[in-house]
Amino acid sequence: MLHTETLVYALLGLPLLASFGVLLLRQWPNLRDGQAVLIGLLTAACAITLFARGADGTSLTLLAMTPSLSISFTPEPLGLLFALVAGCLWPLATLYTIGYLRGAHEDNQTRFMFFYAIAIHAAMAIALSGNLLTLFVFYEILTFSTYPLVTHKGTEDARKAGRVYLGILVASSVVFLLFGVIGVWVIAGTLDFTAGGILAGKIDPIYVPLLLGLFAFGIGKAALMPLHRWLPAAMVAPTPVSALLHAVAVVKAGVFTVLKVVIYIFGLDFLSSTGASEWLIVVASFSILAASIVAMRKTNLKARLAYSTVSQLGYIVLGAALASPLAASGAALHIATHAAGKITLFFCAGAIYVAHHLNDIKDMDGLGRRMPITYGAFALGALSIIGVPPLGGAWSKFMLMGGALDGQHMLVLIVLMVSSLLNLVYLGEIVLRGFFAPAKAGSVAQGDYAEAPWACVVPLCVTALISIMLFFSVDFFILKFTG
Amino acid sequence: MMQHLPILQVIVPLMAAPLVALLRGREIAWLATFVVTGVAFAISLLLYFQVSESGTRLVYELGGWAAPLGITYVIDAASVLVLPIVTGIGFVVTLAARHLVTAEIDQRDHALFFTAWLLTIAGMLGQVTTGDAFNIFVFLEISSLSAYALVAMGAGRDRRALPAAFNYLILGTVGATFYVIGLGLLYMLTGTLNLDDLAVRLADIEQTRAAYMAMAFIALGLFLKMALFPLHFWLVPAYSFAPSAVSALMAATATKVSVYVLVRLMFGVFGIGFVGISQGLGTVLLTLGIIGAFVGTLAAIIETDLKKLFAQSSIAQLGYMAIGIGIMTPAGLAAAFIHLFNHALMKGALFLAIGVIGAQTGRATMRSIEGAGRQIPMTMTAILFGGLALIGVPLTAGFISKLYLIRALLESDLWILAGLTFISSALALAYVWKIVEAAWLKPRPEGAPDLHETPIMWLPAWLLVVATIGFGIFASPLISGAMQAAMMFFGGQS
Repeated sequence: MLHTETLVYALLGLPLLASFGVLLLRQWPNLRDGQAVLIGLLTAACAITLFARGADGTSLTLLAMTPSLSISFTPEPLGLLFALVAGCLWPLATLYTIGYLRGAHEDNQTRFMFFYAIAIHAAMAIALSGNLLTLFVFYEILTFSTYPLVTHKGTEDARKAGRVYLGILVASSVVFLLFGVIGVWVIAGTLDFTAGGILAGKIDPIYVPLLLGLFAFGIGKAALMPLHRWLPAAMVAPTPVSALLHAVAVVKAGVFTVLKVVIYIFGLDFLSSTGASEWLIVVASFSILAASIVAMRKTNLKARLAYSTVSQLGYIVLGAALASPLAASGAALHIATHAAGKITLFFCAGAIYVAHHLNDIKDMDGLGRRMPITYGAFALGALSIIGVPPLGGAWSKFMLMGGALDGQHMLVLIVLMVSSLLNLVYLGEIVLRGFFAPAKAGSVAQGDYAEAPWACVVPLCVTALISIMLFFSVDFFILKFTG
Repeated sequence: MMQHLPILQVIVPLMAAPLVALLRGREIAWLATFVVTGVAFAISLLLYFQVSESGTRLVYELGGWAAPLGITYVIDAASVLVLPIVTGIGFVVTLAARHLVTAEIDQRDHALFFTAWLLTIAGMLGQVTTGDAFNIFVFLEISSLSAYALVAMGAGRDRRALPAAFNYLILGTVGATFYVIGLGLLYMLTGTLNLDDLAVRLADIEQTRAAYMAMAFIALGLFLKMALFPLHFWLVPAYSFAPSAVSALMAATATKVSVYVLVRLMFGVFGIGFVGISQGLGTVLLTLGIIGAFVGTLAAIIETDLKKLFAQSSIAQLGYMAIGIGIMTPAGLAAAFIHLFNHALMKGALFLAIGVIGAQTGRATMRSIEGAGRQIPMTMTAILFGGLALIGVPLTAGFISKLYLIRALLESDLWILAGLTFISSALALAYVWKIVEAAWLKPRPEGAPDLHETPIMWLPAWLLVVATIGFGIFASPLISGAMQAAMMFFGGQS
């Protein structure tokens, strides 16, 4: 029987171990990548065990930086869910990465695998962080460790994208987020995540919306408009990076942080009683709709998916802003369901690129008949994002709607419905074109069955199945939050 | 022996300086300097442990003459923070000086170079340890005069070092003169130059105009010496045209010592109760500090010469120290001490790493480091870490600095100033990332000379990088030391 403590150390340590393994075994690509997948599977096993066991109040202090600040880790339900998502998707993403990098003949594969593992380590640390300082430290490490991935190609475009990526994420975090963190430290005298929040009674309610704003816009990784530009900009990176950004770690770390701060720093009761998050509901709703509309206008597949992510992240921020237990549970569940759905979509986009070097949706007419497995998985992922049963996304949307009803936010209900329709339009188009549109003369869509390498196809099938599995075993993933 | 440590701290490098001038061999002059700075570092650590263990201050009476007739040397909670940083940086930079000086200075001048080098270190140590206001002036001149000479030695490679040194000399002398005018007024008013004695006697004549004038003159002189905006124009050319080793030593320590002297005189002598301090100085420092932070950062962003770039960044960082002092609370003063210490480490590391490049290419410019990330990875990584610390990225010393500075601002309800400080520190990302992109994301241009590095070249910079990260993770001793020092200046209460 493993101690909870051991599992926490394992979750934090295994990705680091994998990163060193990558460096040590750089001469032998098969060994290098094989150990990364194995360690990934081990990490996933640990994450599942720990999630199934639940939080038991264990808290580890790794080191005390100053008399009142420490790096410490405290598993709690929300964090364990994020760790579960990151931990389970990591081995799949690694396998996919191997297929993609080799299929597309990318350079600097060792560097890529190294920083990928470091990013997972940072994500795990964010998930398990016991106080805001720890979260902030690893939030920054996640930003810096993903920068070499975003600029992997080293072209002028990649440099520009890297500048936007780093500029927005670092500037927002060191200006607003750190401001918020230190503000909380001064106001509450502590930074520990505590059930029910730590601010009630210590701050004049007038300032609560302002403080919430520092967090909402300081957490650039949540990609709330107008801080979303880094996400589409990062599309120049290889597709495995997009999977990492959109599903496994980066944006999920962002919305996770928003949820965690709302639940464990502000406290749901405190927020709903002061009405301090009303404005955030409006901003998040705007972000949901505006990003969907932009997505419809994009014909580059990855760009469209990127804006779809911006929109979907809005759901989670919205769930936090609604400040009701049901909406918060829905938002937490949406982290998992969106991750499974979106990683499928990106894996498919990457598979299409590796097999046929296509990026533009207009060139993909009829391609579904050549890549039926990829397009089938894409359809499942898309349906989950849209929120159609029997796929996981249906539940999280359902719970968010319930949360909106609880709080008498009828407009929010309409926003959610309209957004689902928009999702249907811009994701459905890709599937329909793939399967039913006649292939244009001279396009690669003419020809025989031609899928991407198996290392790309297997992961996308698995993630598509996870989306279905999420629908039927949703009980396991629903977290209960109180006040 | 142990009771003589306070004076040995100063006298060892001071006496060694003329002896080094007599050593004509190049290696032997360096070796002697290296040993002496090592001894000075050891002494400062011993002093640190003595003071922090006993919790009291050490007062050493020179020649056995009691104050106020004799001159005293005082080691207290504040000076034990500054002494190790001056001697420690001095030690590490001397280690690097071996190859930097060989590359940049004419061999005939090596002995003289190391003489001036030891003198400037001795002068700085004297300013920190002495308990006598006029003695401070004497040591200020010792360190400054030798520093002018050191800057001028850059002329062997770039003639522009001469006007830079001359400007530095003129402005430095103006600053020192202001200081001594203020001191003259104080002496006239009180009849004493001993710092403790001055503090006692000033209490009776606080409200006189002459006392205000004295304070203003002293503060202005020291503003010049610490390169506070807008009195910073001497700093950038002086640091950038000086030999690399000199840039590293001065950027890390010289202005810091002036900050320390300012704190010692303003808080330790005039005291927080003095109206000019509580109402005048604070506002001035906050205003000039935040403007300096922006001006320095923006100038650094457009700069293409690495030495100038980081010299401009020093202006910004001194601005943060000024803000910390200007808050006029123990927390603010502690934040200033913390940043003083941490910034010395990061800037030392940065200038040493730049020295590795400068020694090979003449001047380290954005162009000369294009694609350098693969040729000299250790050196460029040192610059990366130093830069991250300047931005204030977590797990570096810069993060701790920022954390405590902002906290002090918020505790005093200076929300807007806190916001501005955040913005200016985030802008630092722009100039740091410019370097990262050039070094790692651009290919080495055709025909650019190959750069190389050996462990002996990057080791000194890395020693300071490790210290920067170490103090970013294990910050407790520094923070409690700084708090203790700040409390001392606020009369023991918060």
